[in-house]
Amino acid sequence: MSAATATLRRTAFGALAFGIGTTEVEHVLATQCLLQNKPKTCEVRFEAAAPKGVTAKDLILALIAQIGVGGGTGYVLEYTGEAIRALSMEGRMTLCNMSIEGGARAGMIAPDETTFEYLKGRPHAPQGSDWDAAVERWKQLATDPGATYDKTITVDVTKIEPMVTYGTNPGQGVGVTQALPDPAALSDANQKAGLEKALAYMGLEAGKSLLGKPIDVVFIGSCTNSRISDLRDAAGVLKGRKVNPKVRVMVVPGSEKIKAQAEAEGLPEIFKAAGAEWREAGCSMCIAMNGDQLSPGQYSVSTSNRNFEGRQGKGGRTFLASPITAAASAIEGAVADPRKYLA
Amino acid sequence: MEPITKFSGKVMPLPVRDVDTDQIIPARFLKTIDKQGLGINLFNDWRYLASGEPNPEFVLNKPESQGATVLLAGDNFGCGSSREHAPWALMGWGFRAVLSTSFADIFKGNCLKNGLLPIVIDEATEKELFAAAQSGPIELTVDLESQTITLPSGRTVEFPIDTFSKNCLLAGVDQLGYIQNQMPTIEAYEKHVGDRVLTT
Repeated sequence: MSAATATLRRTAFGALAFGIGTTEVEHVLATQCLLQNKPKTCEVRFEAAAPKGVTAKDLILALIAQIGVGGGTGYVLEYTGEAIRALSMEGRMTLCNMSIEGGARAGMIAPDETTFEYLKGRPHAPQGSDWDAAVERWKQLATDPGATYDKTITVDVTKIEPMVTYGTNPGQGVGVTQALPDPAALSDANQKAGLEKALAYMGLEAGKSLLGKPIDVVFIGSCTNSRISDLRDAAGVLKGRKVNPKVRVMVVPGSEKIKAQAEAEGLPEIFKAAGAEWREAGCSMCIAMNGDQLSPGQYSVSTSNRNFEGRQGKGGRTFLASPITAAASAIEGAVADPRKYLA
Repeated sequence: MEPITKFSGKVMPLPVRDVDTDQIIPARFLKTIDKQGLGINLFNDWRYLASGEPNPEFVLNKPESQGATVLLAGDNFGCGSSREHAPWALMGWGFRAVLSTSFADIFKGNCLKNGLLPIVIDEATEKELFAAAQSGPIELTVDLESQTITLPSGRTVEFPIDTFSKNCLLAGVDQLGYIQNQMPTIEAYEKHVGDRVLTT
């Protein structure tokens, strides 16, 4: 547990982890325990393999667009299916990190060979026969075949394309080539008002796609998407290309360790040659608590997890997307489809 | 923590769905280490104009909202960041209860631990209250003991709350206070179980 919802990424390893408030932290420090009620369970099946250009970030944004920001309230999710098994541990962390944006307490993935391979040899991992015993134990953690859940959701992965949010919560997302929904088409007055308010804040028109929408800032970072594979993916798109001179592009590694690794791999040189800033590790523009902020009215494409009003600076407007979509948008100076930049 | 038993209060309507904790209090005000004094930043970016002046259009600034103790909000109130500053800011302004058709899990837990009562209402009650609030200021009565609210129409509606949280709120004791009151029992237990083996 941790006093930040960012802690959810640990659920990618099959561990239960969730965000708690300050008072609960106090309770843990004082008593080493915490009263919890058993959450309801929900299986989220991502059947089929993810199409080209569809990353872990796109899978989770598509899920939240499908169920809404309150769709998982009261549940711990378990992500299953071919698209999940195919994800790297880092992709799984991205996915699990954003379970809370769908309202879920947590979202877990059963450990498998990918998990064990990732953990083997890492600091604090068991060694020798302890390792073998640990792996045997971890193999028991997976849900039994045929187990029942309180609820099951199926996501049709074949229909997902690179996702971008257009609104002021992470559930307001669409495929990058898709038209934005029209409030006039909604019958529920509350939902209609919500969508109208979001589009007005974002300065967007219903019925059009976001492709080509000019942007001011690109932020590649945050606990959602600042691991080494995210940086490699963004660098892959930016290598040998230039970012649009009108756009400020910030690349912020998730930790000092990731920063050092990226430097050893020569990634900062790629970012800098493209015209992006290579920054110190930290939260940066995800939460806008320091100087990294949008000005009122500015647009960003951001790989972080939240697009709430003012999240990246008062009056700032955030499009959430994957690292490759962010990198492609940096090049075009506008919301872009990353698929054309992929080998 | 101040006990909650029964009170009548003015209702402030905020007919917005999915209000996230970044709206309740933006991150830049979280640098404080005190739970007090956050009321002035409640709904900060909706509440103040760029000039720093109060936005007269925002419901919190309207004369009829002054002194309100009950917030009536749209569905899924308190989503997003786990920041406990959200209930602190709501309480700092003067709210004692929040009504919504649903709350985000962590926010709800944070409310219960701080003496702010999250009351889940059904859609019919939500509609009735928002409609009533449109034609002028309304009041309602909250009775935690009987787990009921009494609407301006006179209708009484029950609401759910877990027994432990309810007892803590009625007594004005937070969870840590509750545990600390059990110290003799805990110490006796610890003696009884002896040295425990910690497993990883």
